[in-house]
Amino acid sequence: MQVSVDEDKCCGAGQCVMTAPEVFDQRDEDGIVVLLDSRPSEQLHEAVREAADMCPAAAIELSE
Amino acid sequence: MSSTVDSVDGGVADVPEYPMTRAAGCPFDPPPELREKQRQAPLARVALWDGSTPWLVTRHAEQRKLLADPRVSADPTNPGYPSPAPVSSAERTSGSPLSFILMDDPEHARLRRMVTGPFSVKRVEALRPKVQRIVDEAIEAMLAGPNPVDLVESFALPVPSLVICELLGVPYSDHDFFQSNSRVIVNRNSSQEDRSAATGRLTEYLDGLVGDKLVDRGEDLLSDLAERVEAGELPRDEAARMGVLLLIAGHETTANMIALGTLALLEHPDQLEALRETDDPELVSSAVEELLRYLHITHNGRRRVALDDIDIAGETIRAGEGLIVANDIGNRDPEVFDDPDGLDIRRGNRRHMAFGFGVHQCLGQPLARLELQVVYGTLYRRVPTLRLAVDPEEIPFKHDGSVYGVYELPVTW
Repeated sequence: MQVSVDEDKCCGAGQCVMTAPEVFDQRDEDGIVVLLDSRPSEQLHEAVREAADMCPAAAIELSE
Repeated sequence: MSSTVDSVDGGVADVPEYPMTRAAGCPFDPPPELREKQRQAPLARVALWDGSTPWLVTRHAEQRKLLADPRVSADPTNPGYPSPAPVSSAERTSGSPLSFILMDDPEHARLRRMVTGPFSVKRVEALRPKVQRIVDEAIEAMLAGPNPVDLVESFALPVPSLVICELLGVPYSDHDFFQSNSRVIVNRNSSQEDRSAATGRLTEYLDGLVGDKLVDRGEDLLSDLAERVEAGELPRDEAARMGVLLLIAGHETTANMIALGTLALLEHPDQLEALRETDDPELVSSAVEELLRYLHITHNGRRRVALDDIDIAGETIRAGEGLIVANDIGNRDPEVFDDPDGLDIRRGNRRHMAFGFGVHQCLGQPLARLELQVVYGTLYRRVPTLRLAVDPEEIPFKHDGSVYGVYELPVTW
């Protein structure tokens, strides 16, 4: 799984951090997404898929 | 109630009025007519106070798609926007009183990002001990006072007001002033004049606070905004409007969730007992998500207007047509939630739309979740005998509020 994020689309709602904190974080100053791991291990895939689905701004792209 | 209008295909159709009315004795459920509309189709026409007939979006899937669609605007100055109430000419010319909540990108994103940092998941989590202390103290103060007491006035309103005051840098001692003006703004029966006057008073108040912070900077969000004003990145009047938005959104919504959530739990004793007995923060968190889904307090529909033709669910929404996205019924969509009308704190489904969807999704949601987790996880354990002091039929509900809840919740212990 390859994860990418679009900072321009991100609205800082924090859904991804709540869902997969091992993979996503937010910048302290403006809450915009920070990708911690672009190739997460398999046991995180389900959470990452959920994070992409929950993102209100469609800012998370997955290629599997 | 319904009115007869010409339908889009030239015929005559019966179009129900919106907002709709909840069934007597079912204060937690969306109006039956809304449910019927959802059962029939994902999109339907409804009639508003001004005779306009925007689209009502009833199902979870279409609600998500439309709220996330960049061709859909939240800006009420666009023609066709389904306004919940008459808009004053001052509001039309001087911009929206509630700042970026009623703007589109890129301006929406530019302003929203200025205030999103303090609401990020980790920065909010760091506030947990402080919020716990505020909740503990509010409970002890309530227990030391008269019994029975109104839970709204003595607990549900003070807790989120104290938290948002601390975060923004607003003196809590002014709570009577800002709470009473907020109440006028969120009451959908308030006259246009009263709403404008209340908005004006709050904007002036926040403008004064931003002015104070320009001189004497603190560790709070209004001070951050004052810094932006000084740097020329943000007009001072916009900073004041952003302050108004955050202050209202920061206490009205959570206060209603605390009181209405408590009532819902008291009316579902098995659920309340499970929550009271648990030591598991996961279950408390799951209960918060379920109450957010089940109660869905923003019951006025999220208002939008199409900027371009949009084909969806076999219909074409034309450019300039209004949309009312009824997330309250979306949260009861059987396609997404099994037994959608049941309150089940173990459900563990976060796909509800209590905070909306798309780029306008509530930026304060981590803070709302934290406050509700601490409240629901503490209040019923600390006061295990908490119960209603009146018959449930006597409780006054905010049918006329743009945010649903109870005006009073008399409780005893």
